[in-house]
Amino acid sequence: MAELSTNHLLGIKYITAADIELIFKTADQFKEVINRPIKKVPSLRDITIANLFFENSTRTKLSFELAEKRLSADVINFTAGSSSVKKGETLIDTVNNILSMKVDMVVMRHPNPGAGILLSKHIKASIVNAGDGAHEHPTQALLDCFSIREKLGDLHGKKIVLVGDILHSRVALSNIFALKKLGAEVKVCGPATLLPKHIGQLGVGVETNLRKALEWCDVANMLRVQNERMNMSFFPSTREYVLQYGLNKKILDSLPKEILVMHPGPINRGVEITSDVADSKQSIILQQVENGVAIRMAVMYLLASKLKHA
Amino acid sequence: MLNKNVRLIFFGYFCDKDSSAMRRELLVDSKKIQIILHRLANQLIENHLDFENTVLIGLQPRGVYLADRIKSLLEQSYQIENIKFGYLDITFFRDDFRRNDKPLAANQTKIDFLVENKKVVFIDDVLYTGRSIRAALTAIQSFGRPSQIELLTLIDRRFSRSLPIQPDYTGCQVDAINTEKVSVMWKEKDGEDAIYLDEK
Repeated sequence: MAELSTNHLLGIKYITAADIELIFKTADQFKEVINRPIKKVPSLRDITIANLFFENSTRTKLSFELAEKRLSADVINFTAGSSSVKKGETLIDTVNNILSMKVDMVVMRHPNPGAGILLSKHIKASIVNAGDGAHEHPTQALLDCFSIREKLGDLHGKKIVLVGDILHSRVALSNIFALKKLGAEVKVCGPATLLPKHIGQLGVGVETNLRKALEWCDVANMLRVQNERMNMSFFPSTREYVLQYGLNKKILDSLPKEILVMHPGPINRGVEITSDVADSKQSIILQQVENGVAIRMAVMYLLASKLKHA
Repeated sequence: MLNKNVRLIFFGYFCDKDSSAMRRELLVDSKKIQIILHRLANQLIENHLDFENTVLIGLQPRGVYLADRIKSLLEQSYQIENIKFGYLDITFFRDDFRRNDKPLAANQTKIDFLVENKKVVFIDDVLYTGRSIRAALTAIQSFGRPSQIELLTLIDRRFSRSLPIQPDYTGCQVDAINTEKVSVMWKEKDGEDAIYLDEK
């Protein structure tokens, strides 16, 4: 059996298509495991994992923690709000202190892009990036691609459009890398102010008209408008954004074919998508959440297998 | 234990170490395998009659071929219907995770029923150290609490056990040393039915 080409999951940019296929193949088996009456396996019983969340998170944190517990790992949790980070401790000092407690793997979310990469150069533990600023969110992209693969089969040649706030979205960047590596065609769609200027260089199409993008695609991944990362006004008003880029049932039903609708969460109902779209049978939002646990189990299992037993 | 070491030393002495080709000896041919499979099927029927409360579980990866054969024999030659049947993968329950040079690849588990209060028969091709069966005993608990678990194995490598595990149904017994490998070949996977002893 092949193994991952890397000791950390810092971003999709740093792993190969073969790595992604291996993660998917392993996640298939974990998906079966988490649907058993008893959902736990003992694989990581001698591994300790620290979840370091320097930025808010609900589903990613829960999903990682559940995945770790399903693998029987010991888990410690840390949130920046209630820690010594507030007292001025540096990131590397904080993490090294935690590692002194014999931690084997670190799952980290951090507001600064590249925080995981910096850490990987200074500490021995395996690092899983759970989102670093507007840079990457690799497990989200893996679970998005895994969910598409589950519904539509091989991603090669499939057409996926990422709609919304591409500029501030780590999900978008990771998705672009993953989809391109798996041979899918990708377009980004959103107001020109929320599309990075040179995004085309990543090999993706750019479209500012939502209807045209939806008519082209097999899958629409509706990204959240990241108000918390906006230090200026990128569009006149939320109402204006909804009129131009909100997906509602009327548009969805008027398309020539049935497309899949995805959303990485949290949904702003009535902004990116309306409630009836989010709850429609074309939406696979809840399957994404279920697959998230399987994908994260696969990632941590495969990374742990590279941590040789002492 | 002493006896095994002596064999190991002699083997190393006489074997041409430079030759990279494996030496292969046929232990059981296709005709004999057929006879053994029929005997195993009959022994199962003797204990389980109509298999109403029994489930057959093939252990991934190589036990599933034997399990498929036994199942189709029971159905076609002995007209037993509605056999509850599944595959169990033990990868995530193995005790050598991170202690092996090669990463462990997972296979499909296919058990779409509960084993609560059922008689479970594990089916595997070769019983060697017993560690796979130990893992399977833990893994099956995810699907309920069986009333009884039995083990059927085509080859029992005697005197090689690391754990107190013994088969209930055995195809044949083989004495092999640790540098030898018993390879079970199946027509549907390897092109022929045969059991070989490979010397590395």
